[in-house]
Amino acid sequence: MTDSKYFTTTKKGEIFELKAELNSDKKEKKKEAVKKVIASMTVGKDVSALFPDVVNCMQTDNLELKKLVYLYLMNYAKSQPDMAIMAVNTFVKDCEDPNPLIRALAVRTMGCIRVDKITEYLCEPLRKCLKDEDPYVRKTAAVCVAKLHDINAQLVEDQGFLDTLKDLISDSNPMVVANAVAALSEIAESHPSSNLLDLNPQSINKLLTALNECTEWGQIFILDCLANYMPKDDREAQSICERVTPRLSHANSAVVLSAVKVLMKFMEMLSKDLDYYGTLLKKLAPPLVTLLSAEPELQYVALRNINLIVQKRPEILKHEMKVFFVKYNDPIYVKLEKLDIMIRLASQANIAQVLAELKEYATEVDVDFVRKAVRAIGRCAIKVEQSAERCVSTLLDLIQTKVNYVVQEAIVVIKDIFRKYPNKYESVIATLCENLDSLDEPEARAAMIWIVGEYAERIDNADELLESFLEGFHDESTQVQLQLLTAIVKLFLKKPTETQELVQQVLSLATQDSDNPDLRDRGYIYWRLLSTDPVAAKEVVLAEKPLISEETDLIEPTLLDELICYIGTLASVYHKPPSAFVEGSRGVVHKSLPPRTGSSESAESPDTAPSGVQAAEQPAVIPTQGDLLGDLLNLDLGPPVSGPPLATSVQMGAVDLLGGGLDSLMGGSNTFAPAPSTTVPTTLGAPLGSGLGDLFDLTGGVGTLSGSYVAPKTVWLPAMKAKGLEISGTFSRQVGSISMDLVLTNKALQVMSDFAIQFNRNSFGLAPAAPLQVHAPLAPNQSVEISLPLNTVGSVMKMDPLNNLQVAVKNNIDVFYFSTLYPLHILFVEDGKMERQMFLATWKDIANENEAQFQIKDCSLNADAVSSKLQGSNIFTIAKRNVEGQDMLYQSLKLTNGIWVLAELRIQPSNPSFTLSLKCRAPEVSQYVYQAYETILKN
Amino acid sequence: MLDNGFPLATESNILKELIKPPTILRTVVNTITGSTNVGDQLPTGQLSVVPWRRTGVKYTNNEAYFDVIEEIDAIIDKSGSTITAEIQGVIDACVKLTGMPDLTLSFMNPRLLDDVSFHPCVRFKRWESERILSFIPPDGNFRLLSYHVSAQNLVAIPVYVKHNISFRDSSSLGRFEITVGPKQTMGKTVEGVMVTSQMPKGVLNMTLTPSQGTHIFDPVTKLLSWDVGKINPQKLPSLKGSMTLQAGTSKPDENPTINLQFKIQQLAISGLKVNRLDMYGEKYKPFKGIKYMTKAGKFQVRT
Repeated sequence: MTDSKYFTTTKKGEIFELKAELNSDKKEKKKEAVKKVIASMTVGKDVSALFPDVVNCMQTDNLELKKLVYLYLMNYAKSQPDMAIMAVNTFVKDCEDPNPLIRALAVRTMGCIRVDKITEYLCEPLRKCLKDEDPYVRKTAAVCVAKLHDINAQLVEDQGFLDTLKDLISDSNPMVVANAVAALSEIAESHPSSNLLDLNPQSINKLLTALNECTEWGQIFILDCLANYMPKDDREAQSICERVTPRLSHANSAVVLSAVKVLMKFMEMLSKDLDYYGTLLKKLAPPLVTLLSAEPELQYVALRNINLIVQKRPEILKHEMKVFFVKYNDPIYVKLEKLDIMIRLASQANIAQVLAELKEYATEVDVDFVRKAVRAIGRCAIKVEQSAERCVSTLLDLIQTKVNYVVQEAIVVIKDIFRKYPNKYESVIATLCENLDSLDEPEARAAMIWIVGEYAERIDNADELLESFLEGFHDESTQVQLQLLTAIVKLFLKKPTETQELVQQVLSLATQDSDNPDLRDRGYIYWRLLSTDPVAAKEVVLAEKPLISEETDLIEPTLLDELICYIGTLASVYHKPPSAFVEGSRGVVHKSLPPRTGSSESAESPDTAPSGVQAAEQPAVIPTQGDLLGDLLNLDLGPPVSGPPLATSVQMGAVDLLGGGLDSLMGGSNTFAPAPSTTVPTTLGAPLGSGLGDLFDLTGGVGTLSGSYVAPKTVWLPAMKAKGLEISGTFSRQVGSISMDLVLTNKALQVMSDFAIQFNRNSFGLAPAAPLQVHAPLAPNQSVEISLPLNTVGSVMKMDPLNNLQVAVKNNIDVFYFSTLYPLHILFVEDGKMERQMFLATWKDIANENEAQFQIKDCSLNADAVSSKLQGSNIFTIAKRNVEGQDMLYQSLKLTNGIWVLAELRIQPSNPSFTLSLKCRAPEVSQYVYQAYETILKN
Repeated sequence: MLDNGFPLATESNILKELIKPPTILRTVVNTITGSTNVGDQLPTGQLSVVPWRRTGVKYTNNEAYFDVIEEIDAIIDKSGSTITAEIQGVIDACVKLTGMPDLTLSFMNPRLLDDVSFHPCVRFKRWESERILSFIPPDGNFRLLSYHVSAQNLVAIPVYVKHNISFRDSSSLGRFEITVGPKQTMGKTVEGVMVTSQMPKGVLNMTLTPSQGTHIFDPVTKLLSWDVGKINPQKLPSLKGSMTLQAGTSKPDENPTINLQFKIQQLAISGLKVNRLDMYGEKYKPFKGIKYMTKAGKFQVRT
């Protein structure tokens, strides 16, 4: 007798017993055994050895037993692929069972067995089940196609299952439709290139019908699918919206969110003036509010989604501020999210309420929440200008409480308020200084130091204060050290006499005793600046800084648009696109909002169009890097107005690569590129002149031209001299009226408005005939083109040079002055043609010393061309004579103030130089008339 | 319930049909006949247009009960004025009716409701056009409707709290006094009143005497709870006494918020009233019942 039995018996035991039971004849015992097997499987024991025995139990008419065996198969088929084939026959048979429940069960289980060999056998039963008479089987089969596609996509395509699936969208049973849509969406998601779900209005209609009848989950599948559809125009979008809105009253919050997603997306296409748009806004609010009455976890999901919606369309919830008020026993994550939304909804109308609440929160127990509440007050001040004063006084009240962390937060936000409203609330500095000693957090210390540095000239003991900080310089955090360095340098520049020692001390601390590269570098920069040129240092360090922007915490518009497309998914809770957290191929598809269809616009470029539309609507966000670069480059480009155009365009190319910034350069560019193509003319009369007139002139179609020559626009007022406002322009004269064509470009970081213009008295009494009309505030990096009509009835004062014009332009920021020279020919009137006799008489009458002679060089036109070209600008040829091969043109013109100028132009065919003799009773204009001649002839 | 990650059936009626819930009778039958709780027929409701109801329902007593339950969420400020108040209402139903009844429920004042979310059985179109709830009910218990009333003037506040809580700076004793009273209750009794308040950390102990009910202060969690019971309008319940504060520390910065719970039977505080309930589609006469109740949801009084 061998000892082998020990080895075999130890292996047996439970498994062996189960095996025996599974092979028992008694049905009841078999079922018990399978239950035991499943139980062991569930707790993680390996019962795969029983595979053949369990599969043997599969052929039974007991549904419970069958379900258990199927469960076992799903779990172990993968580890025993060869054995799994044994089960195939039963599957095929079960797919033809008279009971639809069993047919569906079989097809569902087969799909879950991820074994390649089995999939081949699966095709036939699946094809049958997809066309089964029972909808329950069809809907299960639809999902099975998606499963199979995941295992073997090629097979599914070859077998034509996708087409069958598409047909199921038109199925009579709504549940089948819903499942088919779900399956197709999933397949489409993993294969973004396949256009499986290219829906047309007919299929959309079917989906909308099914939507009303299927279960809640089916509704979600359909709504999600609808959200990916791009309606062809606003009417279609509206009709879909109308049929989706009832879903907002569903008890299932997931259905509500999906419906909200569809509406938010399609609203993009509806015109805002539409009545329906307003109705829709009203309908969206209550369901969103109701979502907040759920459990805290659901509330959080709802709040995260609402946060997105509020950023996109604040008007939806603008009256619902109160529902976001915080209850003291809300979980902290709900509190913080509510707080955030409250600030986003804060406006002039409700600011009092909000501030009262925030003040209440600032006395709560939870320190984190209190800090956020104090910050929120500051954000309100920056966001709602009218409330700034109230916010500041609330913050001062809070500082009086002397609660340490409240004081520190308050100081941090007051610093930001100063940066938004400089020179307005300095009176509070004294109060702040009282709390200097209690500040122990780096951020608060840095904020306080910044305030002291910025307002050093108004704080008598600024040097003492900063010195006290300097004592423990090395123990401070980098943030504080950097701030201290800057503040002391500012102080030095403002009060150089008393603080020399202090500045030397800080510079040496920063450069010699510190090994922090930021600190050292900044220290050296200041040091060198101060030692090379203190005046320049002053200009650099104390230069006016752009105000901080309103909302620095908005989600970037393109990301926001993408996230709106993902409402009701994890992406909208994380506020990150799915690609940022989903691994693998799924979710990489970028979704974007549909472009707003106005009247004729077609969705040719869905990728670029929406972002463009958005950009125009969005409030100013933090300037992106591109913008900043554009701005900086622009500063460099600004001054050399006459710089070679070639160089400019090269630079433009470079900026283009950086993205952004391009518009700002184009708008104000002084190149000869036809700039108007990027901007839209606001008035219809003259602007044609600027770009097109130019071209007409070059082609020489003089006879048809109704207006005189218009010079290309030049920069009159560079942005750096006018706090970001750039003005370029030119003058034009058309059918008797003079106008000044302007392009205003906003290169600052804030919106400009309230424009007005005024002229100083000038030689010809030029004055604006109408106020400067800029209809909308000018957003950062936008340009507006304006044609300002002029008349000549203003007051007269002789200028030097004669054609000098001094202009003042005002906007909400400041008043700016510049002067420009206007070409005289804009003053040449239409009735400047003199009678021949009159001409002769006048010519003789004017004394010879009033005659001036000029050379017009390098002009290759012949006499006729010259004459017609000049006529376009109201210089009329009265007679033409040919003397010894030379063409003599006798011409006349009249200025707006009635001065006649007579001219004799001598043209020699071989010589490109013309001789111009001018006679005028007011000889001082001659030179400018000559300049006008030259400009006209040479362009 | 799930297939390939897609949720399929969550309707309890269908699930119950697929796997019948165990009852004593059924267990006995199963052991004798060898049958199981697993249904071997396709649930009939799943594919019909009324997936929430099973067919072949039979009852000897046909009855339909509706509970209108409203919860008030409110924040009341120091001075007793309302900062926000809203009502979250639900209508829970228990319908045990034979066959395929088609019910309509109408309200006296349906325009009261700001936002409604319905059980899928409710026909939305009729609500839109006539403000009537028309539906084929699921069998058994279900939530027919939840609604929301947020219009400030419609939300009556049924109780008030008078409070006087002061932490004295110098001594280590503080004074504590609260009184609860009814207000706008339409003559109904406020019962099940429970006052809880999270006291600041600096409070070591509290010595209080209630005029009625029992109170507990947990010195570890600093949670004070006072089980008041019914409010008798003639003799308002109050809780008075003193607090022992931690010696040597400054007075607490934060004020405790008072949380209130209460119940009012036979009253829907929003004033919502069911007008009538009619049944079509079946011949028998059902027994109908409607109950109203108002509860406090998150009802907070700041001090």
